[in-house]
Amino acid sequence: MEHYANLLVKSIFLENMALAFFLGMCSFLACSKKVDTAIGLGVAVVFVQVLTVPLNQIILKQLLAEGGAALGASVARQGRPDLPRLHLFIGTIAAATQVVEMAVDRFAPKLYATLGVFLPLIAVNCVILAGSLFMQERDYTFTESVVYGVGSGVGWALAIAGMAAVREKMAYSNVPDGLKGLGITFIVAGLMSMAFMVFSGIQL
Amino acid sequence: MSAATDRLFGKPQREAFVTPIITNNPIGVQVLGICSALAVTTRVDKAVVMGIGVTLVTAFANLAVSLVRNHTPASIRIIVQLAIIASLVIVVDQFLKAYLFELSLELSVFVGLIITNCIVMGRAEGYAMQNPPWLSFLDGIGNGLGYALVLLLVALTRELLGAGKILGVTVLPLVTEGGWYVPNGLMLIAPSGLFLIALLVWLLRTYKPELQEKD
Repeated sequence: MEHYANLLVKSIFLENMALAFFLGMCSFLACSKKVDTAIGLGVAVVFVQVLTVPLNQIILKQLLAEGGAALGASVARQGRPDLPRLHLFIGTIAAATQVVEMAVDRFAPKLYATLGVFLPLIAVNCVILAGSLFMQERDYTFTESVVYGVGSGVGWALAIAGMAAVREKMAYSNVPDGLKGLGITFIVAGLMSMAFMVFSGIQL
Repeated sequence: MSAATDRLFGKPQREAFVTPIITNNPIGVQVLGICSALAVTTRVDKAVVMGIGVTLVTAFANLAVSLVRNHTPASIRIIVQLAIIASLVIVVDQFLKAYLFELSLELSVFVGLIITNCIVMGRAEGYAMQNPPWLSFLDGIGNGLGYALVLLLVALTRELLGAGKILGVTVLPLVTEGGWYVPNGLMLIAPSGLFLIALLVWLLRTYKPELQEKD
């Protein structure tokens, strides 16, 4: 149990997707103007992440690994079991995003309208694919992949919510012309990332 | 210039190739492909490999997407684009694993993440779907080079100030090795990438005020 708790804390704070690995930066910068939008997108990312990381873990271990099902066996015969993984990962992700999109449209139409194009764009959000790739690289078991999915998603959601809060306050500050918008957002993200580095001192 | 070379390297072709390098730079202006720009810029060699990889993938993805653009139904175009991009990324990934194994370990997931690099997807969707193959190919190379340029600038600064080296060759002798340079620890940690890109954006927008954002 302690192992899973450690993994959760590690994936939320120490290895924060947005502030330690800088993944999902495009939507992190574009959707962080308002706190509600940011939280909405954050929750959607958590959903997709929790669905896709374990699903891809199953695909990787059951279908693609040696001694797995039919697909794995035929690919393994050619000696390259890792070849189709990117296609399968991205396929799962696209499908899960579609499901979440339909669910949000049905149950939270207002959020659906605010998120606009960034909801389908979760499919190409690097946080999601990176979750699955890190899962593969670190060879997580099924339970670990569920915990990692929750942790990495929540960590990203936390970061974008914090970023939006800072930007809402920043509307009142006097920023040099050339830095307005993108530039100052980068600097804020850099400062937030430095603040998050404090967590790396934690011994787990 | 003869008619044939004019058709291949005329004005629109030169424009498609040159504008994305600085004036319409994917990172500084279009805000595409930020993630990997920050993560792989601690060392120059990583940045170079990543820049070449992204340039090749963008160019050939643009070419392929443009070739099939008239046969792709709008409703499944994203899947078609992703399949093309994923195949190209696998080629790059396998190539790195075969010939530059050490480096491919250090780049870890970031090679696979070229798939979701917004530059590739953004140019395929925004340019290649409407333009003929040759123009799209040039646009892909231009955007890839624009990305590589920013990567290289950031990586040069970070490696020089953070470790006193460029491509592993000592330029500023470190104090720990009997020299005079005290390395700047900030440059080795990830946030410095954000600060450096912010500075680049600031420079670019001061030089070209029409790019500044109004709020």
